[in-house]
Amino acid sequence: MKKLVISIVLVNLLAACASEKPKETSAAPGSSSAAKSAAASSASSPATAGDPLNDPASILAKRSVYYPFDVATVQDADKPAVQAHAKYLSGHANRKVRLEGNCDERGSNEYNLALGQRRADGVKKMLELGGAKTSQTESVSYGEEKPKASAHNEAAWAQNRRTDLMYAK
Amino acid sequence: MLLGILRGVIGLLLLAQASVAGAALSIEIIGAGEHQIPVSIVPFGGDQKLAKIINEVVTGDLQRSGLFRLVDPAGKSPHELAEVNYPDWQVRGVDALAIGSIAALPNNRVEARFRLLDVVKQTELVGQAVSASDGQVRAIGHRIADWIYEKLTGDKGVFSSRIAYVNRQGQKFRLIVADSDGYNEQVVLASNEPIMSPAWSPDGSHLAYVSFETGHAVIYVQSLYTNQRMSVADFRGSNSAPAWSPDGKQLAIVLTRDGSSQIYLMRPDGNGIRRISFSGAIDTEPNFSPDGQHLLFTSDRGGSAQIYRMSVDGGPEQRMTFGDGNNFSPRHSPDGNGFVFAHLNNGKFYVATQDFQTGQMSILTEGGWEKKPSFAPNGKIILFASEARGRGILATVSSDGRVKQHMFTQSGDAREPVWGPNF
Repeated sequence: MKKLVISIVLVNLLAACASEKPKETSAAPGSSSAAKSAAASSASSPATAGDPLNDPASILAKRSVYYPFDVATVQDADKPAVQAHAKYLSGHANRKVRLEGNCDERGSNEYNLALGQRRADGVKKMLELGGAKTSQTESVSYGEEKPKASAHNEAAWAQNRRTDLMYAK
Repeated sequence: MLLGILRGVIGLLLLAQASVAGAALSIEIIGAGEHQIPVSIVPFGGDQKLAKIINEVVTGDLQRSGLFRLVDPAGKSPHELAEVNYPDWQVRGVDALAIGSIAALPNNRVEARFRLLDVVKQTELVGQAVSASDGQVRAIGHRIADWIYEKLTGDKGVFSSRIAYVNRQGQKFRLIVADSDGYNEQVVLASNEPIMSPAWSPDGSHLAYVSFETGHAVIYVQSLYTNQRMSVADFRGSNSAPAWSPDGKQLAIVLTRDGSSQIYLMRPDGNGIRRISFSGAIDTEPNFSPDGQHLLFTSDRGGSAQIYRMSVDGGPEQRMTFGDGNNFSPRHSPDGNGFVFAHLNNGKFYVATQDFQTGQMSILTEGGWEKKPSFAPNGKIILFASEARGRGILATVSSDGRVKQHMFTQSGDAREPVWGPNF
């Protein structure tokens, strides 16, 4: 039963890779704030000059993946960025990334912890399918415990339903 | 004044406000029980400073239960049995009368004498003398309130029990244990990372909880007597949602070490781990039945979060909640006949209960951000996390939905409350 579920997930991911098109960068909920926070974090990134991770114009500057409510699969709009990170990691074996799953507050704290873990694990799997080694990735969840925005509205919730890619220094 | 209002509108919904000056928190009571028992609490004799505390605790406890109508003694102040003139109280329509005195003893101890009298039958219902250290004056008050509650309602009192919750202030998290009225806060753990899911051991000696202090969710078990603790589940991913078995010999926990969030059992020292759910979906928030034979839990195996039940030996799982919305955080009632849970519908959380026999769901609150309900040990009151004036607060509702109270802590947000056992 469990094996069956995993293989379905793999098929989904592979299908996603096959259908990848560069034009799929249309705005996802909160993508503008994502770009902002990604740019901010890349500005303080310890990456050395010449490292594409350091280039604010690179797709690698996008460090957050956003989700609809109660969904943990990476959306089409975010797939190119995750793929680019996978490629980067496969070419930079010394780099490690921590995937931090987060949720909006509409669920119990424990359910959201589980959902955030599923979100982070989904990104981890996609990175590994794209060439990153298991040892380069770690997935954790904060559930709803570390909201970026605290209001009880969709604008805040959209920002909080997120997996952040945090590169180790 | 409050008593006047109470007398005037019995049976109607009313709003009473009882805030205690200089306290760590303020309490608002909304509503009243259907049949309030008229009782008069005579301020204790003896040391007046101590007597004031006792009176405050006893009247506060009884008022918050919603089951009593406190009748003003109106100047009469018997402290000994011989000083009681029953007709004085019969004319006031009082069913029961509480009298007593408290004295400070040498060596930092206090002694209280207390009697509860049946005014109609003119008999003594309770006669007790208690001695305790002078730091335990409020505890004596709670004990007296428990005696009154138990004698007059037939149910066990819960005022002497304790609660645990998490206080969040900015990025500071504190795991707190406090008296049932929120006083006597004791900080169990302070951290700059989130703390969640506190769970009382059945004997009240330990808390299991989840802390993110090492960068991910890890389960700890900590003694409330020695403050010593150990990490009992620290696998990759998330280790969460600890729940004690009624005999205290097992913890049900949720791990992601084998993939998705699944339920496992282990001993409270972290040994003997075995997996008992195999859904591949999210299975979380396990809660043992009082007989230790079943677990209620939250799962999204059907496509969205609902409550399920399974045997502790693993399977067969049975879905318990249906209908609109999602359901989370199930906890058995102490009598095992039903459960309380958080019901999410149209963007609002409600506290709801469901009976196993009838499958009937009852919504007890008006809705808002109401999460993590847990029963008091006598099953008569439900504690939950709510929100008011933009802050996370503790709130209670009687299990019949009639009486509600809001408890405001001094600062920060109160989250993840759980009512401890009577012990």
